Amino acid sequence: MNKPLTAKDFATDQEVRWCPGCGDYAILKCVQKTLADVEADPNKTVFVSGIGCSSRFPYYMNAYGFHTIHGRAPAFATGLKLANPELDVWLVTGDGDGLSIGGNHLLHVLRRNLDTQILLFNNEIYGLTKGQYSPTSRVGTRSPSTPTGSIDAPVSPGAFALGANARFIARGIDTDAKNLSPVLKAAREFKGAAFVEIFQNCIVYNKDRFEDFVAKKTAAETQIHCEHGKPLLFAKGEKGLKLNTSTLTLEIVDVGDNGVPVEDVLVHDETNRVMAQMLLTLPMGSYPMPLGVIYRDPATSFDDAFTHHHPTQRKRTGKVADALRKGSVWKKN
Amino acid sequence: MGKITPENQSVVVRFAGDSGDGVQLLGSQFAESTALAGSDFSTFPDFPAEIRAPVGTTFGVSAFQINLGARRISTAGDQPDVLVALNPAALKVNLPLLQKGALIVLNTDAFNERNFSKAHITADPRQTGELDDYQVIEIAISTQTLEAVKPHGLSKSDAEQCKNFWALGAVLWMFGRDRKPIVEWATKKFAKKPSEILAGNLAALDAGHAYAETAELSAEIPQFVIGEAPMEAGEYRSITGAEAIALGLAAAGELAGREIMFCGYPITPASSILHHLSKMGDLGIATFQAEDEIAACCAAIGASFGGAIGVTSSSGPGIALKTEAIGLGMAVELPLVIVNSQRGGPSTGLPTKTEQSDLYQAVYGRNADAPLPVIAAAGPGDCFDAAIEATRAAIRHMTPVFLLTDGYIANAAGPWELPNMDDYEPILSNAVNGDAAGKNNPTELKKAIWNRDQSSLGRPWVAPGMEGLAHRIGGLEKDIETGDISYDAANHQAMSDLRAKKVAAVAEFIPDQEVEQGHTKGPLAVVGWGSTHGAIWRAVEEARNEGLDVAQVHLRWLSPLPKNLRRLLSDYDRVLLPEMNMGQCATLLRDKLGLNVIQLNKTSGQPFKVAEILGAIRENYPGAKQAAE
Ligand SMILES: Cc1ncc(C[n+]2csc(CCOP(=O)(O)OP(=O)(O)O)c2C)c(N)n1
Ligand code: SF4
Repeated sequence: MNKPLTAKDFATDQEVRWCPGCGDYAILKCVQKTLADVEADPNKTVFVSGIGCSSRFPYYMNAYGFHTIHGRAPAFATGLKLANPELDVWLVTGDGDGLSIGGNHLLHVLRRNLDTQILLFNNEIYGLTKGQYSPTSRVGTRSPSTPTGSIDAPVSPGAFALGANARFIARGIDTDAKNLSPVLKAAREFKGAAFVEIFQNCIVYNKDRFEDFVAKKTAAETQIHCEHGKPLLFAKGEKGLKLNTSTLTLEIVDVGDNGVPVEDVLVHDETNRVMAQMLLTLPMGSYPMPLGVIYRDPATSFDDAFTHHHPTQRKRTGKVADALRKGSVWKKN
Repeated sequence: MGKITPENQSVVVRFAGDSGDGVQLLGSQFAESTALAGSDFSTFPDFPAEIRAPVGTTFGVSAFQINLGARRISTAGDQPDVLVALNPAALKVNLPLLQKGALIVLNTDAFNERNFSKAHITADPRQTGELDDYQVIEIAISTQTLEAVKPHGLSKSDAEQCKNFWALGAVLWMFGRDRKPIVEWATKKFAKKPSEILAGNLAALDAGHAYAETAELSAEIPQFVIGEAPMEAGEYRSITGAEAIALGLAAAGELAGREIMFCGYPITPASSILHHLSKMGDLGIATFQAEDEIAACCAAIGASFGGAIGVTSSSGPGIALKTEAIGLGMAVELPLVIVNSQRGGPSTGLPTKTEQSDLYQAVYGRNADAPLPVIAAAGPGDCFDAAIEATRAAIRHMTPVFLLTDGYIANAAGPWELPNMDDYEPILSNAVNGDAAGKNNPTELKKAIWNRDQSSLGRPWVAPGMEGLAHRIGGLEKDIETGDISYDAANHQAMSDLRAKKVAAVAEFIPDQEVEQGHTKGPLAVVGWGSTHGAIWRAVEEARNEGLDVAQVHLRWLSPLPKNLRRLLSDYDRVLLPEMNMGQCATLLRDKLGLNVIQLNKTSGQPFKVAEILGAIRENYPGAKQAAE
């Protein structure tokens, strides 16, 4: 019997070159461990990335890997997966890579529902180019290119994905492997584009940006872990989210003796697009951060349709010699 | 009027009408009948960029030109001998193209005040004397058509639509062509339409034919006698460049035993390749219409990484977008075929018109030192072989390869002798040598992945999914041996040298340059590349008939240039280089060979006329001017 795989089996001989303390390390560990847990085959696993600190990821994974060009990883992954649908394709991108230069491609890979796992490392900053603000940076972000604070409104990766008709949207935190790993497994199992936003700490240019909901001490109060079929509770079950039917918004309620009965708390339905919309657009700060699998509603994946349901694709049954003679052919003697 | 046997054994016919008149169909069916009669021909569809320009306007005029002959035909012809004009706008636009004495067939039904004003014509050209130098035949084609289709009960607009068939019938009589194949074709084409559509069109075809044949009219309508052209024995079909590229790619896939993954984004005149390929799934072709050209190129490279033959195609502006990805393809040493159907530029330029002005883009147009092989097809049929050769080089050398065609080649058609697939060598890819796989020795494995063939410098083609060969590639400079990221100075120099040598190595696998016509040394050689081939061929032939010692040299690989090219061209006193740009190949020859050439440049969006090249030959022939003085 083979001995069980460990995270080490998915590490390469390359020296990892992120800044000490960067959240990318934790994500790398978590992905390596998760692949070991699910006994993934490195020969059939591919990591495709764009450009950015996060996009160095493939070099550190013992699997096939392709570090491509800025923003375009979804397009490379599409060609790769269509060429060989057997592969387990992972896409690694940053908030700048995926939502600035690559926003277009991200939109299309999501709406096409290509069977891949898309890990978007969101650190709300451009790391590799030394700290300029990114499309997820909040208004007022001071950076080398916005010394007096940024003025453009940020995009919410989850809401973007939902708008692009993604069929799987989840969230996790770099250092919270306990909750991130199941999300990665679910993403891998999903037949289609599985979009995972991972809050990642850029210790150098945007240190502790997410501390308000990431900090372990206050996590119970500031995070809400979504589980299909279970009420949306947090703060150790003392609080919950309830639908205000007159404003069609979610509101925080106390649950139990001093508040509403648990039956009044909204039950998470991961197939409910409207609920996903509400959870993905909850204002930051005043609400807990929804994490876990927020939306999952499978549909035929693009590669599957391309291979099996598209009548004119890729079935070599003819010969070129015959095709040349289609139509009118005449002979000269 | 009796039968005409043209002195030069060829006739140029141009059909012109409104975009909605079915002129392209009329022309292509006439070409088909020409093919079946054994004559040689070359066609040139010339249509507007507007999809549906307002009816009757000059910018809505669609034309189809065909040169047919009982001898070798190499271009669609300089000046039409016959013009069929279905409305005044068509006459106005095309009249300047005609030579004096040309025959003009007019649809008089369309010659009314309404159409004059739409075409901004102030006086009826039939009355102004501007047609005096031509032989004009006036026929009420629309009326005749309506009359002929009446028994079949078509709506008025459907009935009027039949006038192209009426005109076709008349022209078939003029050239003594058989109607039967057209009837068979139409029967198939209209099979799914209401039966009266077929009946109406066939009635119009017969009526046009009968009208032309009628005794009193045949006195007026001339008959041309164009017999069979001398061609090698074999099987022939008519083919456009776009079709030939599609079939050539399919053939390349078959020869390599791999899937072709074609990734494109629509752009004129490149789209037709995507259209043809999307119907060729049974030939092992998969097509993906991406969200833009960048994605198309990236997806094609992704497919190549996955072991399929990635192909992407576009026209100048789209190729510009692909540039960054092409550089990556070269850096990671993956095969990729990039087809560029060139059109008039810069920027959006002239979408439906032709040019050869993306040569710099192909040879030089990337960031950093990024040399690539570039091949150019010389005509519609040659696109088939050029596509196979481009794919072969891409796989052998593990590099992106540019395949240049242009709007003229893409749309032009001519007879093409069907190749025998058994004559083509299989396309082999480089395999991992030794038993690097599964050794669990990362260092050995990496060396095997980047162990390049000594002659081609192509590396093994290892795709994800292959057991024990997992590795990582990327655009950062890599160690020449291990592929690991390397910022080492000497290594970058070595990699730059390797990339240059790789392209140079292509020259070892391509044939030496030959002289197509004329002597291997002498006073003047005309060098060309791409779609100017036909016009140069005819011009050189005519010059030689005049007694000028002129040679023709046509380039196919432009990067690298054939090894013997410098020596070969040095044996001529002068080299004349006609090209449809401002001198890009001329720059290339100066740059790569240190040769000076006489430029003949044209960027009107129209292909060269034979006369233009012949004129330049006479003008630049050593001693020619002095002799004339
Ligand atoms: C075409 C192109 N434009 C710009 C760059 C420079 N660039 C590299 S990474 C990057 C932003 C990366 O930010 P993000 O995706 O958030 O990744 P992080 O480094 O924060 O992980 C930029 C602008 C590039 N490499 N290529
Ligand atoms: S710059 Fe930020 S994101 Fe990049 S490696 Fe350093 S800490 Fe990580």
